[in-house]
Amino acid sequence: MKEAQANLVVPVVAALASLWALLSPANSLANALLLVALALVALLKPQQWVRALTLAGLTVVFTVLIREQSDDKFAFYGLIGTLLSAALLKVPTYIKVLIGVAILFVSIPLAGLGNSLFLELGVQVAIFSALALGLNVVVGQAGLLDLGFAAFFAIGAYTWAIFGSGQANNFIAGNHFPLNPWLFFVFLPIAVVTAAIVGVLIGLPALRLRGDYLAIVTLGLGEVVRVLANNLDHPINLTNGPQGITPVGRPPVDWLINILNGLGLGRVYGRPIDESITYQIFFYVLALVVVAIVIVVNVRLSNSRFGRAWVAIREDEIAAKAMGIPLLPTKLLAFATGAAFSGVMGAIYGAKQTFVNPESFTLNQSIFILAMVILGGMGNIGGAVVGATAVTLLNIDILKNLSDQLNTWRQTGFTLLGYNFANLPTQLEPAKYERFVFGLILILMMIFRPEGLIPEQRHRAEMEEARLEAKDEGKLQEGSA
Amino acid sequence: MSIAELLSILPQTLLEGLLLGFVYAMVALGYTMVYGVLGLINFAHSEIFMIGAVTGIEVFRYLGNGGNPYLILLLAFIVAAAVSGTVAVLVERLAYRPLRRRGSKNVLVPLITAIGVSFLLQDLVRAIEALWHNEFNLQYPSYDTFNYDVLSKLGSPLGLTLAVKGLIVILVSILMLAGLNYLVNRTKLGKAIRAVAQDMSTAGLMGINPDVIISRTFLIGGSLAGVAGVLFGLVYTNVTPYSGFQPGIKAFTAAVLGGIGNIPGAVAGGLVLGELETLGGTYLGFLTGGNFGSEYAQVLAFLILILILLFRPQGLFGQNVSEKV
Repeated sequence: MKEAQANLVVPVVAALASLWALLSPANSLANALLLVALALVALLKPQQWVRALTLAGLTVVFTVLIREQSDDKFAFYGLIGTLLSAALLKVPTYIKVLIGVAILFVSIPLAGLGNSLFLELGVQVAIFSALALGLNVVVGQAGLLDLGFAAFFAIGAYTWAIFGSGQANNFIAGNHFPLNPWLFFVFLPIAVVTAAIVGVLIGLPALRLRGDYLAIVTLGLGEVVRVLANNLDHPINLTNGPQGITPVGRPPVDWLINILNGLGLGRVYGRPIDESITYQIFFYVLALVVVAIVIVVNVRLSNSRFGRAWVAIREDEIAAKAMGIPLLPTKLLAFATGAAFSGVMGAIYGAKQTFVNPESFTLNQSIFILAMVILGGMGNIGGAVVGATAVTLLNIDILKNLSDQLNTWRQTGFTLLGYNFANLPTQLEPAKYERFVFGLILILMMIFRPEGLIPEQRHRAEMEEARLEAKDEGKLQEGSA
Repeated sequence: MSIAELLSILPQTLLEGLLLGFVYAMVALGYTMVYGVLGLINFAHSEIFMIGAVTGIEVFRYLGNGGNPYLILLLAFIVAAAVSGTVAVLVERLAYRPLRRRGSKNVLVPLITAIGVSFLLQDLVRAIEALWHNEFNLQYPSYDTFNYDVLSKLGSPLGLTLAVKGLIVILVSILMLAGLNYLVNRTKLGKAIRAVAQDMSTAGLMGINPDVIISRTFLIGGSLAGVAGVLFGLVYTNVTPYSGFQPGIKAFTAAVLGGIGNIPGAVAGGLVLGELETLGGTYLGFLTGGNFGSEYAQVLAFLILILILLFRPQGLFGQNVSEKV
């Protein structure tokens, strides 16, 4: 379609859909049309400013919709889609920033005040984005497959959990613990450093190996960390074993309640806001800020000498060595960076849940993070965030909803194509089949699109080159024939 | 426990380690053979093993009431070998072959695929069992015939006890290993497998179809894992869709221990690892004064793996191969 036509069609469809959806809320047809409009913004290629204005308009519409109907999942996913479109499509940078800030810091917190599920999803996405970014440095940029990545997340979580609860009293004399909850902010950098040190300690033996052996050894060391967390309740009680540590301290949020009251947001749907929702907002904003810092650090590192050294090692280790790149220190730096990113999120996760136990840091979790990196595109920072968003929402929201839907159908005896859902075995719950989903993502991506949904630029250039080469060869053969 | 008591349970511990070692050895062979021909750590092999164990349970479930238990067990071996072998071939055909066709040089791509297959198979088996029987924590039936202590007839030398099922594990394993040895070293197929392992493209020039041979290798490795799965279930009784992981990773360690790609090495590695793990489980608590008990026995395999890879990556029996550029 011509640009001029697209300029007309896209805003008109978006406007009509918005009008319809606003006039008759909870109308699924109107909602579907809104999604179509969002897709059109990406698919047809209107001018940049048309695209920007449409996305901005959609942001407002989705926000209004989600305010009117606090359980409007569809508007939430619309917001996520708008955010991703704004971030990935070609629009002026200040528009990107504007839409990003509006959605992340206004729309989603507003939606969350009505329905805390949205904030929970937001926090989880932010946490896993940082983890995916960390693993992306190791796997995507430096090409070192780490299958025990959840270990660093665990280190960060336990670092704060042990001292932010009464746990440390078990091995440090005197009754000094739990520490003052405000010290949580001091422990964030401590968690970064601890995780980075453990990264180096694990890396020192493991990184002498290459390729597939490294993968197996990191898997083993990840399991070792989990077994240690599970069993270090004796001889000294460090981790409290399988029961885990609870309650983990978290900084007070009265100040935030005061701010919200000052902003006139103190009453949500007629109810005064309580501590739990304030904590959700607090951890949501904190996680977002940390993700932003992680992204900045990651971008600056990838454009530095170290980033180029990582890519060189990934592409050809022997050639990189011949060019004078010190292999072990460079790899260790990648490991420590990745570990640091997940360590800080571990501490936040521990404080947010107020509970830490070894079961949160299994091989499952490591593969879960790997699936995000693979889906998004190895080596690409944007890809890691998109992958984390998609896989997290899929795992904690979509699969769960599917389970609930099946349960409802089972209870009501719903019949589809002659199959009565009342006969469905109770053990079949889609929410429990996350391994199936991650496995499928890994296999399909590796077979059909190993470069990921959003390929790294270098990768894209390589593929383009390969295509051109293939074309040239074809021409040569034609010429000789 | 006193030293005398510890010594008195040593023979029994060694015997149990032997049983575990034989199971590991049979699974390790699958890893080592696939690594030999493809250079791929077939992560999904542990699930092929688990599928064998689950298939065995299904056979017992349908034939278990009455009938000769030995006949049913024989049938379980055959069906499990067939099912596991078929699944292994299918995995190779559907997941690994497309990657080989594309000719990507990145070693991580097949490995990540293998992890994906492993996860997928675990939940697939769980879904099938859930749909079929509405449960996925499965138990092998307990037969008095299989639990009978064969050594009691001989007056229990050294206080040893060995149930019939333990004897079955040892006999079947030795039989299968001898069969494999014959197959690889004395038959045309074995020669072809060795040729493909040595150099795939040259083997292709000699009139061997590498795809067919790779497929056969997966079939053989998968069948062995299927039989090993039934043996494992028979002795350790409890089987879930997730019980392949731990034995799988240990069998892989065994393969590395013996030098990956090396068939006798895998058997030796399996036996050594089985013994070490059983000894660790029994004596670790005593040796560390109760501070680190048997729960650390499962970590032992990983530590051995790391040490072997760091100090003798070619394994106990492998030859040193220099890196090709």
